[in-house]
Amino acid sequence: MAAMGFTQDIAGTRYVFPDLRTLLARATPLRSGDALAGVAAESAAERIAAQRALADMPLGHFLNEAVIPYEADEVTRLIIDRHDAASFAPVRSLTVGGFRDWLLAADPAAVTALAPGLTPEMAAAVSKIMRVADLIQVAAKCRVVTRFRNTIGLPGTLSIRLQPNHPTDDPRGIAASVLDGLLLGAGDAVIGVNPATDNVEAVMRVLEMLDTVRERFDIPTQSCVLSHVTTTMLAMERGAPVDLVFQSIGGTEGVNTSFGVSLSVLKEAREMALALKRGTVGEDVMYFETGQGSALSADAHHGVDQQTIEARAYAVAREFSPLLVNTVVGFIGPEYLFDGKQILRAGLEDHFCGKMLGLPMGVDVCYTNHAEADQDDMDTLLTCLGVAGVTYVMGVPGADDVMLAYQSTSFHDGLTVRAMLGKRAAPEFEAWLDRMGIGLDAERIPARLSPALIGLA
Amino acid sequence: MSTPSLWRDLRRFTDARVGLGRAGTAQPTLAHLDFQESHARARDAVWSSLDVAATEAAVAPLGLPVVRVRSAVPDRRAYLLRPDLGRRLAEGTVLPRAPGSVVFVVADGLCAIGVQRHAPAVLERLVPALDLPTGPIVIAEQARVALGDEIGEATGAAAVVMLIGERPGLSATDSLGVYITWAPRRGRTDAERNCISNVRPGGLSYDEAAAKTAWLLRAAQGLGATGVALKDEMPAGALPAP
Repeated sequence: MAAMGFTQDIAGTRYVFPDLRTLLARATPLRSGDALAGVAAESAAERIAAQRALADMPLGHFLNEAVIPYEADEVTRLIIDRHDAASFAPVRSLTVGGFRDWLLAADPAAVTALAPGLTPEMAAAVSKIMRVADLIQVAAKCRVVTRFRNTIGLPGTLSIRLQPNHPTDDPRGIAASVLDGLLLGAGDAVIGVNPATDNVEAVMRVLEMLDTVRERFDIPTQSCVLSHVTTTMLAMERGAPVDLVFQSIGGTEGVNTSFGVSLSVLKEAREMALALKRGTVGEDVMYFETGQGSALSADAHHGVDQQTIEARAYAVAREFSPLLVNTVVGFIGPEYLFDGKQILRAGLEDHFCGKMLGLPMGVDVCYTNHAEADQDDMDTLLTCLGVAGVTYVMGVPGADDVMLAYQSTSFHDGLTVRAMLGKRAAPEFEAWLDRMGIGLDAERIPARLSPALIGLA
Repeated sequence: MSTPSLWRDLRRFTDARVGLGRAGTAQPTLAHLDFQESHARARDAVWSSLDVAATEAAVAPLGLPVVRVRSAVPDRRAYLLRPDLGRRLAEGTVLPRAPGSVVFVVADGLCAIGVQRHAPAVLERLVPALDLPTGPIVIAEQARVALGDEIGEATGAAAVVMLIGERPGLSATDSLGVYITWAPRRGRTDAERNCISNVRPGGLSYDEAAAKTAWLLRAAQGLGATGVALKDEMPAGALPAP
C-alpha cells in the first residue's frame, strides 16, 4: 500500500511526515545516532508533533505499511509472514496511544499473550511515546521462560552471564575468571567467552576448556564461545562440545549481510546444535546479541531510526527460539548513544521491546571510554532493569572487560541488584551454589571448587 | 580434601579484576578507587593525539615512502560524533600510486598512544616477512578503519593493512588493532576484513601479530578475498623464526 503521510499541528505550525518510517524516526527521543543518520526531529516541537501523530495512528496500520519494503528485505518478509492475527485481536482496534494505555492497565497474562501478534514496529512505536517508568512497568508484566540445562526467566529470578574474557584466550586466565564469577554467584545464564580471534582451533580449545570446567564442578549451566556462527558450525563439524550457537544480528537484511549471516545460515546452525542433543531440561540452543546503531554502522538502515531497527532484530531472534538475547546497549559508542541519559533510555527501550516480542531479554549494561558515561549511569540503568524484570545481565570481573575494552556490570553488581530487589538465581543453579558452599566465606575458596581441579595450581 | 585456597591467589592467572574481596555485596573501597583511577586514565587516552613526526621517524628505517594524511574530521569531538567523516580523506588529499602492493596505514583511531607505542614494532617484523610487493606507509590522523578503503582505492593497493588504536579499556589503554582488507575500495563492509586485536605487550605480542597478519595476507592472496570467507586457520605454534 502506498504511503499516505501524516500531519500534525503544534502551536500554529503544521508538521508533515511523508511516510511511516519518517514518522517513527521523528517521534524518537533524541539520540546521536539518529542525528548522524539525518533522520532525527530537528526540534523538540517537531518531535512532539510526530509523537502526537503516532499516538493517533491505528495499530493496524503497521500491517499495511512496511518501513522497509517487503520485496527488498528478508527481515520484513519474516515479520509480515509470521504475524499472528489471533494474538493481535485484543488490540487490533486500538491506536498507538490507546495501546499504551491498554498495556499500562492490562494484567501480565494478557500482555504476555500478545507477543506473536505484535510486530517489532508496533513495540517500537509505543515505546516512543512512553516514559522510562512506563517501559519498566510494562516490561515487568511479560513472562518469558527458556531452558537448556537450567530454567531461565522464572518470576523473581535474575540470571547472570559469566563473561570471563581474556586478551589471548589463555585457558588458565579464562578459568580464573570463571571461578571468580562462580564464587560470586554468576553463571546461571551462560558461561560465555568472547574469543580474541575467530581461529577455529582456538575457539575449539576454549569450548573444550569450558566444558571441562562445567563437568568437573558439575554446574547446571551452559557454555558458549561467541565466535561467528560459521566458525561455530565448523567447530560442531569437528566434534567440539557446543551448547549454544551465538551470533550478532541486526534488523535489516543488509546489516545481517554485513555480519556475514542470513536467516538460512542461522536456521542451519540451529539444526546442527539441536542434533547434538546436549540440553537436559530444554532445547533452546541459540544466543543472540544486538544493539542500536549497527545498521547505520553498516550503512543498511534504509532511513529508519536505530531503535525501530533494533526492535526488528528481535523478530530475527524469535524465529529461532533463543535461550538468551541481549542488547549490548552502550558498546557501540557515542556516535549512536552519546551519554548516560541516552544509554539509559535505550537500554530500557530494548528490554521493553524484546520482552513485548516474547524474548528472554537481557541487557549488557555497558559503556565505552569514549562515551560520556560512568559507573553511576550504569548503576542507575542496572537498578531500573532489575525492577523491569530483566532476564539476565553480564558479569565481568570488576566490571572491566580486559579483552573487549569496555565496562560492563561486575559480578558484585549482579549480587547487589539481586540482594536489593530480592531476586534469585535460576533454581537449578541456586541449588548448586548452596551445595558447593558458595557465598559463605569472602576470602577462602570452598574445597569442592578447588582451583587445582580446573588446572589452576 | 586439599587445603582451602585463597581467593585472591586467582590474580596470578589473569590481569582481569578477580579476587577483589567484597564489602557486603559491593567492591571494597580500594578496588573501587582503583577502577575509578583506571577510568580516568582511559578517558585521557581517548583524547590523546598522534605525534606524527615521531611516528614517521620510528618507521623510517623500513625504507618505505611515508605519506601523511588526515580524514575529513575537523577535531576530536567531531571525530567521536561523526564516524562517517573519519572514513573519508580530507578534501584535496593526494596519494602516490602503488598498484598491486600491500599498503600500510598507521592511524590514531580511538587511542593515539597505542599506535605510537606499538605500530612501528609490528611493521618492523611484518614488512620483511611479506612475499608481496610493499607500498607506502600512510600515517593518518582522526581516522576510522574504513579510511583504509579509500586509501587502498587511491593507491591501487592489492591489500591494505591498517594498524589503528583500539578503544582504550581500563587495564589496557594502549591496544593496537590490525585490519586486513584485500582489494580495498570504498564501500567494503567489515565482513570483508580480517581483524587481529589486542596487540600489545601483555596481549598479542608483536611477533604473533606480524606472523598472523602475514599468514592472513598469504591466505587472502590465494583466495582473492578477506573477511568471513577467509577463516583464520593458522595452526598454533606455527610462528616462523623472527
